[in-house]
Amino acid sequence: MTLYTRVIGALRPPKRLNRSFAVSFMLFALLLAFGSFMILPLVYAVNNAFKPLDELFIFPPRFFVRNPTLENFTDLAVIMGNSWVPFTRYVANTLLITLVGTAGHILLASAAAYPLAKFRFPGSGMLFKIVVLSLMFSPHVTAIPNYLVMSQLGWINTQAAIIVPSLAFSLGLFLMKQFMEQIPDALIEAAKIDGANEYRVFWQIVMPNVKPAWLTLMILQFPALWGTDGGNFIYSENLKTLHYALSQIIQGGIARAGVGAAVALLLMTVPILLFIISQSSVIQTMATSGMKE
Amino acid sequence: MVQIQNTTEPALQGLAGGPRRESRLALLWKDIKKSKHYYIMMSPYMIIFFLFTVIPVVISFGLSFFYFNMLETPRFVGWENYSRLLLGDDVFMIALKNTFLFAVITGPLSYIACFLFAWLINELSPFVRALMTLVFYAPSISGNVFFIWLIVFSGDSYGYLNGFLMKIGVLLEPIIWLQNEKYILAIIIIVQLWLSLGTSFLAFIAGLQTVDQSLFEAAAMDGIKNRWQELWFVTLPSMRPQLMFGAVMQITASFAVAEVSIALAGFPSVNYAGHTVVTHLMDYGTLRFEMGYASAIATILFGIMLGTNMMTQKLLRKVGE
Repeated sequence: MTLYTRVIGALRPPKRLNRSFAVSFMLFALLLAFGSFMILPLVYAVNNAFKPLDELFIFPPRFFVRNPTLENFTDLAVIMGNSWVPFTRYVANTLLITLVGTAGHILLASAAAYPLAKFRFPGSGMLFKIVVLSLMFSPHVTAIPNYLVMSQLGWINTQAAIIVPSLAFSLGLFLMKQFMEQIPDALIEAAKIDGANEYRVFWQIVMPNVKPAWLTLMILQFPALWGTDGGNFIYSENLKTLHYALSQIIQGGIARAGVGAAVALLLMTVPILLFIISQSSVIQTMATSGMKE
Repeated sequence: MVQIQNTTEPALQGLAGGPRRESRLALLWKDIKKSKHYYIMMSPYMIIFFLFTVIPVVISFGLSFFYFNMLETPRFVGWENYSRLLLGDDVFMIALKNTFLFAVITGPLSYIACFLFAWLINELSPFVRALMTLVFYAPSISGNVFFIWLIVFSGDSYGYLNGFLMKIGVLLEPIIWLQNEKYILAIIIIVQLWLSLGTSFLAFIAGLQTVDQSLFEAAAMDGIKNRWQELWFVTLPSMRPQLMFGAVMQITASFAVAEVSIALAGFPSVNYAGHTVVTHLMDYGTLRFEMGYASAIATILFGIMLGTNMMTQKLLRKVGE
């Protein structure tokens, strides 16, 4: 399908009843208007990365680039080549944290959410309430108690200090539980009658049915970890993350402004790519896997 | 359905003449044993969660009754932090007023916007849907890009807004937007709204895709006439779990405004015009190192969020009735 037919197809209401073309068109126009307003920061960041130095400092600032250049990126490559810790090291550290943190979080949070969503047992209501309550406590005050816990465990200056707590953010369990509630009980029972045990039901029935939920969780968790700089826990240079290394480059001041813009674009690109990939895999494969009662 | 099994089985045993006078404790233990697989599944998450979330929260709650400057050992002061906060701290009252203003305006607006946009986007074809989701989620994904608003509201005639208003003749002289008490709050609200299509928005998008499509056909047969009726009678009720999730997230976010305020209006802002409960908390927690006092602020904020959430959940139960 060409892009053109795809866009036109979007204006035509899908196989749904009760739709009028006029209202669809109006709503679509409304979406476009708001959308163009929302997309401004992305456009600005992309433009900034390709601006030569004199355009970056022009006053009044210009939104769009006039003479695009790749200078910022080549400068960045030079700086990276000169860094004391090999640049690949930062990349490896970040990948370790984000991949293990994201995958582990999705797995642990869903495993904990499934019993809470579908069964009642001693303590279940209480545990879920605690998780929701913890969402409402400001993280600014727990920073110091958290540090104390870490140092008691001897995890200061290890990757575990970043990865392990991220496995159990309350957000993930809450999100997964809310989605799992939608799965019909009959489906789970049918699987049990067919001889599946709890673990199998979870893995083969529940998880495939909440695919949009865990892809959403991935989109939320990945950028959060991707943007971490090690916080209060990691001090060794060779354990630091990509975000830290790049923020050091940005802090180089005015002379590095162009490189900074390039860095901002690079840091943004990875979560966006992930977002696009995961979005395209959610598309319309849903509600076909035994969801109907 | 399994929950029914759990409750009926002991009763059946009683009928069958089994040990009738089983104590409640023994019944509980039986229930626990029956659910052991659930506990096993939850344990990895719960252990980590308690260690790194619950325990720190409890510690900081406890600290709210102490004077603690992180150097000396904490000194117990009872309710002193709270009484000082509520009776003697004028700046906190400003912060409280601002925070409520933010929450009352951005909370409901952003919640409705999240749902409305998610719902509209869901009607599009898959490709355009993915594209539009990205477009609307862009502000949240692109990190600290709200610095672009600094250029828009820049105080001289080169700022986009000043430049524009002067060009069309509304203004003769530039307004120093971010230093003027009259405008700071409004500007932060606008930027906060622009940033607010985040977590809940994504959850709604995903939630709409898990709604059973055959429900819509059935509803059309039953005489649902237009998309608005469909929204109220079919879509909203079947998305209740996600609506609940979105409400909690959105309320928490709208009461926790701080980052945008600091980035735009500075810290502290002119005459505390952009001061919020969280910036007040950061002031005491990270600048003055009065951890006990900061913990008391956090506890009060927590109480406010809790109350608001309970009210909202009551409202949400009425959806689609």
